[in-house]
Amino acid sequence: MTMKHKEAKIKGVNLHIIPFSEIRELSISDRIKKILHLVLGNKVLIIQGRLRPEEEIRLIEDTMAMVDHVKTFKGIELAVIEPDLGDETFMMKVRKGIAKTLVGHHNALTIIGPASIVKEIKKDPKKLEVLLG
Amino acid sequence: MIAFLKRFFSGWFKRRDNLKIGFYGPPNAGKTSLANLISQDWTGESVGIVSEVPHETRQIQFKEKVEVEHKGKKLVFKIVDTPGIATKIDYEDFLRFGLKRGEAKRRAKEATQGIIESIKWLDDMDAVIVVMDASENPYSQVNLTIVGNLVARKIPVLLVANKIDLKNASVKKIESAFPDYDVVGISVKKRINIDELYEALFRLAKKV
Repeated sequence: MTMKHKEAKIKGVNLHIIPFSEIRELSISDRIKKILHLVLGNKVLIIQGRLRPEEEIRLIEDTMAMVDHVKTFKGIELAVIEPDLGDETFMMKVRKGIAKTLVGHHNALTIIGPASIVKEIKKDPKKLEVLLG
Repeated sequence: MIAFLKRFFSGWFKRRDNLKIGFYGPPNAGKTSLANLISQDWTGESVGIVSEVPHETRQIQFKEKVEVEHKGKKLVFKIVDTPGIATKIDYEDFLRFGLKRGEAKRRAKEATQGIIESIKWLDDMDAVIVVMDASENPYSQVNLTIVGNLVARKIPVLLVANKIDLKNASVKKIESAFPDYDVVGISVKKRINIDELYEALFRLAKKV
């Protein structure tokens, strides 16, 4: 699947779509740097694929460092939409997620936005609601 | 890879009576309350202060050599109580709890540093108790990220669904969100299911 780099404005919200090919070759540090750079620019990101667990936790860590240093930055909202994996358990999904990340095939979508814009992301197994502030 | 090797070799020399058990989870789930309950039961001392204001715990807190005896079994471990992990911190959230602006800003700054510290300590844990609020949605990304990282690091985990005394609490929701894990529903406040908690604690230690 190929996705072209897109930007769209919905009622003043700047959506930024990142195809996996755009971050595939980046190191963890560069991926996180790129994500945070865009989020600091008040963009809501939709990333094709999902970050590995260690990248997610690194994103939280670096987000906190930014909150500490950038006066108006309050942090992020983050959620992952998984494809229908049937009866697979959480552990299987995590393992599969790790394997997929390594080979670069992604069906999941990751939403990351600045907390000042994305008030809340409500998630349950079947739906995801993004509440804008 | 380095973390794996570190865990592999440290496992050779690790004594089963010197475990480090981390208390992780989102803010206000009851990590320190649970750490206090266990510590008070077996040492007579508290680990830290609890409060309804989020991010009361902003530094890692320890209680060394907690010796638990339950149904003829004995377990000695170190409690590592960590600041709650969150993806956002806004000092204005603290104002509605009556904190003054300066105090709220200072709390926010310390809270961000506390989260960083919690994350850095993950690799040092032998086992982790993830404390969740049973009345909240278990599918929050913070819960998924914490558990995902424990799976990736091969650290044994026990999920504690706290606050089951609340009307809208559901242990089943947590069980269906994390079906691979041992989930124990408790209420620290009302001391409900504490025997089951100790049973689960021994099962957790066995996995190390």
